[in-house]
Parts: sequence; C-alpha cells; structure tokens
Amino acid sequence: MDKPKTVKVLKFHPNRCDGCLACEKACSKVHFKSDEGGEKSAIRILKDGNSYKMSVCDQRGLCLDMCPVGALRRNKNGVILLDKKTCIGCQACVGFCPVGVMRKSEVRIEPFKCISCGACVRACPNDALELVEVNIDEIKEVVYHKLGAD
Amino acid sequence: MVEGQIPIEQYETGNTKHKWDLKKLKTAHRVIFEHDYKKGEIEKGFANRTLYINLSKKEIKEKKVTNDMKKKFTGGRGFGLKLLWDSIKPSTRWDSDENELIITTGPLCGSTQYPGSGKSLCLTISPATDIICDSNVGGFFGPYLKFAGFDALEIQGKAKHDVVIVIDGEKGKISIETAPLEETNSHLVNEQLTHLYASEDNDRSRQKVSVVSAGKGAENSYWGCMNFSFYDIRRKVPRMKQAGRGGLGTVLRNKKIKAIVAKVEKFDGVSNNPADPVKLAEVGTKLHREIRDLDRYQCNMRAVGTAHLVEIMDEYDLLPTENYRFGNFPKASKIYSTEFYKYFTKVIPDGCWHGCTMACAKTVDGFTVMTGPYKGQKVTVDGPEYETCGCGANMSLWDPLWILEFNFYCDTYGLDTISTGTAIAFYMEMYEYGILNKKRCDGLELCFGNAISALELIHRIAKGDKGEFVQIASKGIRRVKDWIINKGWGDPQLIEDCGMESKGLEYSEYVTKESLAMQGGYGLTLKGPQHDEAWLIFMDMVNNAIPTFADKAEALHYFPMWRTWFGLNGLCKLPWNDVEPENNAETDEPAKVPEHVQNYVEYQNAVTGWNVDKEELILQSERCYNWQRAMNVWMGRGRRKDDWIPYRSMGPVTEMEYHSRKDRYDKFLIDKAGLSKKEIEFMTIKEKMQHLYDYRQDQYQKLADAVYHRRGWTPNGVPTPQKMKKLGLDDPMMLKILQQAIDKDEKAGLNVWGGKYKKNEKPPSIQLKYWEKW
Repeated sequence: MDKPKTVKVLKFHPNRCDGCLACEKACSKVHFKSDEGGEKSAIRILKDGNSYKMSVCDQRGLCLDMCPVGALRRNKNGVILLDKKTCIGCQACVGFCPVGVMRKSEVRIEPFKCISCGACVRACPNDALELVEVNIDEIKEVVYHKLGAD
Repeated sequence: MVEGQIPIEQYETGNTKHKWDLKKLKTAHRVIFEHDYKKGEIEKGFANRTLYINLSKKEIKEKKVTNDMKKKFTGGRGFGLKLLWDSIKPSTRWDSDENELIITTGPLCGSTQYPGSGKSLCLTISPATDIICDSNVGGFFGPYLKFAGFDALEIQGKAKHDVVIVIDGEKGKISIETAPLEETNSHLVNEQLTHLYASEDNDRSRQKVSVVSAGKGAENSYWGCMNFSFYDIRRKVPRMKQAGRGGLGTVLRNKKIKAIVAKVEKFDGVSNNPADPVKLAEVGTKLHREIRDLDRYQCNMRAVGTAHLVEIMDEYDLLPTENYRFGNFPKASKIYSTEFYKYFTKVIPDGCWHGCTMACAKTVDGFTVMTGPYKGQKVTVDGPEYETCGCGANMSLWDPLWILEFNFYCDTYGLDTISTGTAIAFYMEMYEYGILNKKRCDGLELCFGNAISALELIHRIAKGDKGEFVQIASKGIRRVKDWIINKGWGDPQLIEDCGMESKGLEYSEYVTKESLAMQGGYGLTLKGPQHDEAWLIFMDMVNNAIPTFADKAEALHYFPMWRTWFGLNGLCKLPWNDVEPENNAETDEPAKVPEHVQNYVEYQNAVTGWNVDKEELILQSERCYNWQRAMNVWMGRGRRKDDWIPYRSMGPVTEMEYHSRKDRYDKFLIDKAGLSKKEIEFMTIKEKMQHLYDYRQDQYQKLADAVYHRRGWTPNGVPTPQKMKKLGLDDPMMLKILQQAIDKDEKAGLNVWGGKYKKNEKPPSIQLKYWEKW
C-alpha cells in the first residue's frame, strides 16, 4: 500500500462561529450515538475572549508511536484511526498528545478522536468549519520524548 | 530529528532470522498430565484463586484466595509468602523436592492505565542464600497469568525430563508437556514457544503469549535468572525482562522446567474489573502527562532507561569500579548513557507492560554477537540497564559493545548480570593480588578489564564445564571465599572484606562506603544486598537529611516498607520517584514524593474498591515484611549475625582505597571519630585504617540497634510476637516460633545492643526488653 501523502484536517473560521455547538453534538452522535456534545465530542469549541477557538486533532500522528498494541494507524486517507477492538485502554496516547485532543469519555475505557468524517462541517449552520487537505510530511514533526540534547 | 510513524509491519531490526520446524517441535511433546479449569472473571483486581502444580506427584490444584489472605497478605509477594509458609519446612533448601517456585501477580498487576503495572513477583528458597528470595520482573507473564484466571502460580516438586508448563487461558487448560527438542537458552526457546503456542500465525496472537525460561547458565550456576518474555509487535521478537536476583532460574531448571507459557484469548483496559475505572484512567493519565512533560528534564528514562544513572553515579563517586574499590574512574565516560544511546533503537515505545510510558526498557537491535555459540548472529539485546553497566565498571570493562555482549549472554544463558558481574569483579581482584592466578582459574586470565576471559568464564559456565574453578566460581562469591580460604591461598580477613556479598547474595552496583544508611539499606534486608528495599545514598550522604541514628532508622523503616508495597500489588517502583511532580521539592517530604504516594492510594482504591489511606499502605507492607523476616528466623536465620556486611561496603579495605579518598578519610577521623589533627599526622596509613575500621564497624552495629528497635524487633533482629500481633498476624505457630527464638537468644546472651555506647551516647531504648511492655 502506498503511504498516503495528504490528509484532510479541520479548519476553523472563528469569525463565522456563533458558539451554537451543533458541531460537538454531531460529533458525539458519530462517536457515542448521543447528541450531548461536550465531553463526548472529539471537536471542542471553546470560548476565547470574545471569540471562539477550536480544539481538535490535526492528524499529526505523534500518537502512532505511543501505542503498544498498534491500535492507532494512519488509514489510506491519511487519517489517524483508533481501533477500539485492539485498544487496551492504557491512555498513553491521551496522556502524550501534545495538544490534548486524544480524548477519553467516562463511558468507556478506549479513547476517541477526530476521524475527519465531516459530520461537524455538515452540521455547522454558519460554515465556520471546513475540511482542508494538507501535506502529511509537512505536519508530522516527530518529537520523541526525549531526545537528549537533540 | 528521528524518523517515527513507521507502520508496524515495516519495522526492521536487522536481526538474524530463524526458521523453526514448529511441527516437529510440537510432535515431540507428550502431555504428562493436565487439568481443565473453569475460566472466571477477575473481580476488582483479584482472580480469587491460585494455581498449584506438583511436578513430582503429577498433581494440579486450584486454591481459593480467602478474604483473610487478602487482609493479611494483600497480594503479590504477600501471597507468595503465605503459599511458601503453607508448603515448605525450615530445613527446605533450594533443591529440595518441596521447595517451591512461585510467580505472583498482585491486585493492580495488569492494569494498563498507570505506568509500571505489569510486574510479577517471584519467590523461592534461594540457592545463594538458603532463605526466601523475592525478585520482581516485568514482561507479560504476570498479567496473563491473572487474566488466565490465577493470582499466583505455585510449582512444587521436580519433573523427570524437561517440561513446558502451559497455562492456556483461552481454552481453560493447564498442561505439563515434555519438551525435548526446544532450545534451552532463552532468546531462542522464548521465540520457539511464542510461535508454537500463538493461536494464529500473526503478531497480534503472538503478543498474547508470554514465556518464562532460563538458559544453560541457570542450569549450571547459582546465578540463574528467569526471563519473562513480552512480544514486541514492531520488532517481531519476544523481548525479555529478568527476575534476576537469588537464583530463581537455577530453581526453575532444577525442577526440569524448560519454560512456562501463559496465553490469553483477549484482554482490554478493564480486564481487572476495577471498582472505579474512571478514577483509574484519570490517575493514570495524570502520570502519563507528567512523564510527557518532565521526564526529559529529570531522569530521561524514555530515552536511555536506567543507564542514565551511570554518569550520575560516576560524578558522585558511587559507581562501583574494580570491585567497589573506587567510585569513579577516568574511563567511565566511555559507558555513559550517551554512548549507549547511540546504539539504542529510537522512537518505539519500550514499556515492558502495556501503558508504561516511563518506557525504560531499551534495546539494541541487530547487535552482532562477538563471541560464543551465537558469534556472528545479529540479535536484539534488551538493555543494558544501569546495573549491567555498573558490572562493566566493576570488572573494569569500559567498552559499551562488550557490556552489550555481556548483557546478551547473561540474559540468554539465564544468568543474573548483577551476581555474575559482581562475582567476576571479586575474582578479578583476587587475581590482581595473586590469590587467584591463571592455574587456579582453570587457565583463565581473570584480570581487571579482560573482557575475553570474563566472557569465556560465562561460556564455560553455560557449557557445564567441570573445571574446579568454573564449578565453584559459578556458585558465587560466598562459596569462592570459603574455597580460597580453605586452600590457604590468602589472608582470610582480606578475602572476607573484599568479596561483596551478604547472606550469600552478591551486591548490586552502588558504592556505599560513605553512606551508613545505605550500608543498612543493603545489610538490614530480608533477602540480601539489593537496592530494592532502600536507596538512601543521596538523602544520607549528599543531602545529609538523616543525620542521627533515629533518622536513619526511620528511613530504614519507611522506605523498605514503602518499596515492599509495590511488590504486593504487582507494580514497578520506577514511576514512583524516577519522575517527580514539578513542585515536589517544595513539599514536606520530597524524598517520599507525596503526590505520587497519594496516586497509589487512589489507584489501589480504584481497582480494589477498598478505602485505604497512605498509612494503611505501609501497614500492608509491614505485615508481609515482618512475616518474611519471621520466616527467615524460622529457617534459622534472620538475626544480627545474618545482617553482616563485608567491610568493602563500609570503608577502605586496602591502602590504595584509603589514598584515593585520603582527604575525606582524614577529615572523617577528626570530625567524626574524635581524633585530633595532631594524632592523625603521626599515624601511619595502616593505623588510620584500623581506626576507621573499628569506628565504622561500631557505627553499623549501632545502626542495626536503632533499626531493629524501630522495626519492632529484638536487639538480635527477631520480630517480636507483640509486634506481629499488633499487625494482626496471629498465627499461633509463628508466634510460638518467634518466642522460642527470642528465648533461645536470651539464653545465649544475644538480646543485647550490638554497638559500644560511650557515656554520652544513648542506645535506642533504656529497656533492653522494650517489646515486652507493648
């Protein structure tokens, strides 16, 4: 299989966001068949002064090397996916995600993350979200904790 | 920048690949006896039964774990002590039919959320010490044993021919099978059996198999370790961790066990069925984050593992060099962790159990073996850890590649690197003094730094060489001391003082000469001189935080109890203080790492559903610690005389050592031992050394006085029935044994303080029989 070269990641336009959280609700529907959003959503919209900011996985893939059982993989579209059946719930990826977007809900032991499915994009009434294609080589900066003096 | 994110299938080690005829191996197996069992659920960390196998009687039993057992012994090593107590006699020796080899898990073992949660605790009567030895080890076996349905595995008796014990958690079947064709050396037999017993021919299935084995060296020495495998899906090799100390692998091979295999069908993050999985994940994730943010500025475990200690020990004059004569060496920088880092494979997670993000288990992949039966092959070397590097320093071997070679062969032969290295270092010193020579060493030139001879000795041991020296050398320092002394080859005092063993076990790799508390940390122990009970050098020597005997005794109470606790639960000690919260230094007791202690309180409660506090954790340990000491007493040991340590661990044995720290020792004689500057000036080195010798020996006895008193033991080191009852240990037979031992000591006049107290000094209590008033 050829390695994927690009991946679709979420882009956020804060100026269009009114904080309705329809995206979070759509996301929790995907992951937990629930429209609660919040803790059960992989995308989080957070208040940032007078505006909003997005917190979501950017498919950088630093978690890939953290998984002891190989439950995290980049699929053919370049998206990092967690295989729940293989995952043994160790939370190493959750703890080591440098931007805190590998998430864990109280409902189950296995974490969850953005799978670039676009449900949130479709749910946003204001077009504040879009999926854009980026080059994987440009985002996958590997920071092995730690590399001594490197 | 290091390349990462390589898909799992594409990792390459460059190792020599083996092709095994698995069908042939399997067909040669004959089932001798077997047992079907009903698979059960783990309840809040406990499988609630243990597995008993008697190889002589061909018997397999399931034993129930009672609530009383949990209350008194908690789990893990505690269960091991209870099982031993029920099965052995005071006269049991390592090779007795009734001696048991026990592998235990512990209630927290197998959790994946908190780093360091996959340890097995192994116990047996040690060939080296003739008393109980406990050794902890990583790898997947412990968790799999539990998930297969058992809190502990207890093996009694001996098989007639080499067997494999298979614990199949998938089918619910235990079988004892002959295994005539498999290799014995661990890196090969572990690979064969992993492939043989994996349900399917893929890495996921192989990862659900764990093998315990010990190689040819374990068979032919008292240094046998047990290798616990953990299959690495990236490297595609069963890597291994060692239950190193005390000759457990020797007992395994004496029982004619080639290997023990445990396999599970499946497991997940909640296979322990924890009482509060949300809390568990929360505490675990907090520590993952701490390691992520701080490890690189603290111990750097993720990059170089425990090898980071080499440079620290060298800097603080604590790296044992040339059989502990010195604490640093000009060449030491050649084996600093940076040198090993060059060879380590980077980026891949290196935890020996899932979810351990401290990940200290390093490997060198594609290492080309330089000597012996595997010469020229490319292999994965697990390690080296600090201790193994320390052995290099002790033998004056300063080439990282030789240390890797030593590490590889010790592992696959099933030899404890610590005992092997420390012992060879002693033989080398004897060689330097002419007490041993080429002829006496069966033609081996065992001088310091002779890597080829050191490895040749190891190869000969593994081959079962019948040479007089090889035979005795493989039994360890204690036996070699007796042998040399009997032959009349040297000054008995020098030989006793130089050989770094206590209770028959070789020292691990720290120089303790200038830290009285750490001398106690090695000497006033249950199984022998291993740093897993206490590591107090910095507290004592560098920070001077425990200046008085009472302070030291308190530390030698608290830390051994605290560190024992990990073994009761199936945990690794490293995530406790090899990473510390950022504000740790500002807390009341930074040495205890209070925030992490609290983590463990919450962790144990989250799994077991108990409601314990930090004091209860110490009590859990105190029960087991005292029980083990009491069992030592039962076996005729566990007294002051048994806590003897060689003078090399207390001070300079030779003039050369005195000279190497002359200023320090001269000052010490003035500041501490009460000599005047003038007196020192007129004294010869020999006189000064004698003065120091007498002073330090007396200090050690005074330390023992204080520690025994603090631990609730008699001045001869026997746990008192009163103390046992206080701890809720009311077994009438044990209480009787202790009382009889105390009475016997009383008659022999042994219930007295060991230190010589001057008028202005006070022993720990004015009452000699302080315990009778409790």
